[in-house]
Amino acid sequence: MKEKAKKKQQMGTLKKVLKYIERYKVFLVLSLIFAVATVVSTLYIPVVTGQAIDHILGPGQVEFPVIFQLLQRIGLIVALTALAQWLMNVCNNKITYEVIQDIRREAFAKIEILPLKFIDGHSHGELVSRVVADVDQFADGLLMGFSQLFTGVVTILGTLLFMLSINLRITLVVVLITPVSLFVASFIAKRTFSMFMLQSTTRGEQTSLINEMIENQKVVQAYSKEGDVLETFDEINGRLEKASLQATFFSSLTNPSTRFVNSLVYTGVGLAGAFAAMHGRLTVGQLSCFLSYANQYTKPFNEISGVVTELQNALACAERIFHLIEEEPQIPDGEDAGILEDVRGNVDLEHVYFSYDPAKKLIEDFNLKVTPGQRVAIVGPTGCGKTTIINLLMRFYDVDSGSIQVEQKDIREVTRKSLRESYGMVLQETWLKAGTIRENLVMGKPEATEEEMVLAAKAAHAHSFIKRLPQGYDTVIGEEGGSLSAGQKQLLCIARVMLCLPPMLILDEATSSIDTRTEMKIQNAFAKMMQGRTSFIVAHRLSTIQEADIILVMKDGRILEQGSHEELLEQKGFYSELYHSQFAV
Amino acid sequence: MRKLLCFLRDYKKESVLAPLFKMLEASFELIVPLVVTAIIDVGIAQKDSGYILCMCLVMVVLGMIGLACSVTAQYFAAKAAAGFGTKLRHQLFAHIQGLSFTEIDQVGTSTLITRMTSDINQVQSAVNMVLRLFLRSPFIVFGAMVMAFTINVKAALVFAVTIPLLSLVVFGIMAISIPMYRKVQERLDKVLGITRENLTGARVIRAFHKEEEEKSRFEESLESLTFMQNHVGKVSAFLNPVTYVIINGATVMLLYTGAVQVDGGILTQGEVVALVNYMSQILVELVKLANLIVLITKAVACGNRVESVLEIQSSMPKEMGLESPLAGQGMKPGAANEAQPGQKGLDRKQGMERQEKVPKVQFSHVGLAYQGAGAESLSDIDFSVEKGETVGIIGGTGSGKTSLVHLIPRFYDATKGEVLVDGRNVREYSLEELRRKVGIVMQRAVLFQGTIRENLCWGRQDATEEELYQALDTAQAREVVEGKDGKLDARVEQGGKNFSGGQRQRLTIARALVRKPEILILDDSASALDYATDARLRKAIREMEGSPTVFIVSQRTSSIQHADKIIVLDDGEVAGMGTHEQLIENCQVYREIYESQYKKA
Repeated sequence: MKEKAKKKQQMGTLKKVLKYIERYKVFLVLSLIFAVATVVSTLYIPVVTGQAIDHILGPGQVEFPVIFQLLQRIGLIVALTALAQWLMNVCNNKITYEVIQDIRREAFAKIEILPLKFIDGHSHGELVSRVVADVDQFADGLLMGFSQLFTGVVTILGTLLFMLSINLRITLVVVLITPVSLFVASFIAKRTFSMFMLQSTTRGEQTSLINEMIENQKVVQAYSKEGDVLETFDEINGRLEKASLQATFFSSLTNPSTRFVNSLVYTGVGLAGAFAAMHGRLTVGQLSCFLSYANQYTKPFNEISGVVTELQNALACAERIFHLIEEEPQIPDGEDAGILEDVRGNVDLEHVYFSYDPAKKLIEDFNLKVTPGQRVAIVGPTGCGKTTIINLLMRFYDVDSGSIQVEQKDIREVTRKSLRESYGMVLQETWLKAGTIRENLVMGKPEATEEEMVLAAKAAHAHSFIKRLPQGYDTVIGEEGGSLSAGQKQLLCIARVMLCLPPMLILDEATSSIDTRTEMKIQNAFAKMMQGRTSFIVAHRLSTIQEADIILVMKDGRILEQGSHEELLEQKGFYSELYHSQFAV
Repeated sequence: MRKLLCFLRDYKKESVLAPLFKMLEASFELIVPLVVTAIIDVGIAQKDSGYILCMCLVMVVLGMIGLACSVTAQYFAAKAAAGFGTKLRHQLFAHIQGLSFTEIDQVGTSTLITRMTSDINQVQSAVNMVLRLFLRSPFIVFGAMVMAFTINVKAALVFAVTIPLLSLVVFGIMAISIPMYRKVQERLDKVLGITRENLTGARVIRAFHKEEEEKSRFEESLESLTFMQNHVGKVSAFLNPVTYVIINGATVMLLYTGAVQVDGGILTQGEVVALVNYMSQILVELVKLANLIVLITKAVACGNRVESVLEIQSSMPKEMGLESPLAGQGMKPGAANEAQPGQKGLDRKQGMERQEKVPKVQFSHVGLAYQGAGAESLSDIDFSVEKGETVGIIGGTGSGKTSLVHLIPRFYDATKGEVLVDGRNVREYSLEELRRKVGIVMQRAVLFQGTIRENLCWGRQDATEEELYQALDTAQAREVVEGKDGKLDARVEQGGKNFSGGQRQRLTIARALVRKPEILILDDSASALDYATDARLRKAIREMEGSPTVFIVSQRTSSIQHADKIIVLDDGEVAGMGTHEQLIENCQVYREIYESQYKKA
């Protein structure tokens, strides 16, 4: 049953693959034609060579005119074959690389519109490897594998036809002995499978030790544990050596064994051919032609078994990519979606229900009314889900029921662009793109002047360190901010928002990596920025919290309490507990 | 790469026997066309069926001997390769263990991990392939030529022309395409980078609605990749057709010369067949050789990377002691004092001469510049701490707090001045002796896979259960252990994933306490603890037996305000030193830090 379902799924994947190739069907058809041409003419050459040999019988028995004619023919065929082969390669390359490009383009476009839920829920490394490694392997495996399979089959059929046209009995010898090599190959493959499994689990064990120890090398050294760690390593290393020796050795038996079978085929052809030639049923030239077929005929058989696993592997890769490409995108902006304009800072949350996982309720019947210029502080222990609120406000996630409104407009009825433009966001996890400092700063306002940019950087206290960088504002920073410290990155993110000054602010532990003294200096700029702007602040500093108009107290993803500092202290609930444990010294 | 080959030293026998048996096998393969010739020229010509049968038997026997030789060769090759990989892995791992923090910072742990795993695997499999094929293929190519010469010199000349020509084409195309493949890889890396960036930065990109811009950026790098791929593809597409033309052109030449020679009675028909056979064997082997060379180029690149790690000299060999010239200079405390003569320096000198009350830890005009950094991260740090004292170190991010405490267990060497423990320069100790005195809890709380007990015993191998619990109590971590099934024997997953940040921190503190260190360093290691637990922890440490000297690094004034001495760092320099009260009075930086945390409350 399971096998059947798997087969069906593979067929489905194959169909999708064909859709991608369809765009290049002209090249595919050409490629197939050239492949057939290549194979047929390749196979024809031994026949002509054999004929030539038949005209070289012995001293004085060489018919030069015929030989010249035959040699010319060979030359012509060779030229045509080479041309067909070259064209086939070009077509195959074209199809492969274009399909890769199409798939990657589509996958990337999908990444841009996937709901954040998907991106948050999957390892980024794994998704990247789908777009990069899987696509490569799929294209190589499938297209190359396919062309190998195709030429292989054509070669086998062609050889059979050519052989049959020369001599039936010897053909039978070849056809009967060849499958033996397939049996031998699959026999060995089955036996070695478990050895490879052992090798890869041992290798996995070792890799995980290496990861753990090298990543934490400093701790290892602080405790002078180098010796013990090396001992553990050596123990695994010893086992790996054994497993690796077995796997390598037994799997490397395939090649000599199939070659031995091939030599049996060769001998069989030689024997049968020689007897036939002795009785005049076969010429020496034909025998030589047969011998070269015997070599050619067995080769695709040996390759095909490899190609089949490669194809399956490629299909598995394709499946992973299609999973990504076919993933449900976020609900697109409606056609009649309005544009948020003149945002003053009215935000209303009405009967909001939300949870990441339907089985685990989080936010239930949450109501909040924020008027322009108010500050909302979100507090709670680490990992309590403070970020959830931000996810909802920015519409990174949609509410399950209820509604969030900005200026009395449901945020699902306006374009994402206009909604997100209304917010300035600084997150705890600072993210900068690879590029210059300048590119990063003007991200939200590409038309900003140099003056505006420097002003924003100064306000965020980032100017002084940027100035000291080798190329100032044009210093290129690597992926994820590269060499900058966490604090410096955060200052840049703050400057980025200070430059575009949107009507509402979201600050998620915006100063967590900055020391308190610098923070205090930035506070003034922050205060100025928050003046008259509705702001949502995830905070851990008492001063910020106390000054807030509304405090949301969260725990385990839920909103426990809500009110002003004084109100909450009076309630003597979780907030007052938190307040006393953390801030009362 | 060459240096790596010495790891094959212990497998000399295997490394010689494997190619030898491979060549033996190849020799038998080379005889086969001759047997076929004999069948044609003798068996068929004289209609001798007995002879034909006999020759076919010879071919089967040749095949069997070939099989046996080949299997033997594979075994030796596999053994040598597996052994080589194992030795190399051991050596590299041991080498990395011996690197100091400076080198680890420079190379980066993720690089080291790749070197240890995929790079070595590649090299290992290349060694295996090389032992099996690298001699065999050229051997067959030249063997075929030699055999051709034994048959007929004139016909063999065709071989002598064809082989160099073929090699030129095959290796020429490779020489052109391999650097191009490297470019393809670079462009692929760019595609990879943008994809990763768009996943990690999804929130920001969407917040700034940069999706379309990112798409066109991706498209650009995608197209440049495809362009390069097609470019390389065009070059390598020539390989097959061109070799095909050459080989078949040679066959045509061979048939022609053969025909002339046969006509003159110099060659037989069977011998012409043999010559044609040799020609096709050469083609097969050259293709194999070309594939092998691609593999080798990749492996050599990997090997060089591994070697470059092996070549990194540790700036801090395990048993350095006095030999180092640097240590020699730094050893004379007098020298440093003479450079900056002052009442304080003299006092200290006298104190040391009396050998009575030596400070536990002393920094004498210490400066530290990390390798490759332009400026000093610490400059002119000068203080001393008595046994049993508690020192608080406070300052902004990047002010050098961690750098300072890392000098005590000698994770880095001071580039100026000297660090003394018990009156001896830290460079005079062996690393193990020095680090036995120090228990350090680092910022990132790291636990290792295993049990809680195993983790705690990192502190001291022979600690009793009682001692473990004592340490847990002091670290306020008893409840963490009691809350787990199996108590001390509860599993710790990799990275301590099954513990919360605060639990991990307390366990790492306990681990440091288990060794009953003379000097305890807590590097911002209570950040995930609430204030009350933090306070209880500090109290318990103060009351510990053996009264260790304690360094507490923190951003929170509350964590250090009761210390005997507080060092305030600002941009790598001491901005103030003294007790809380003194600093509030006369250190502006400290006051600002304090006020930023308390005043508004």
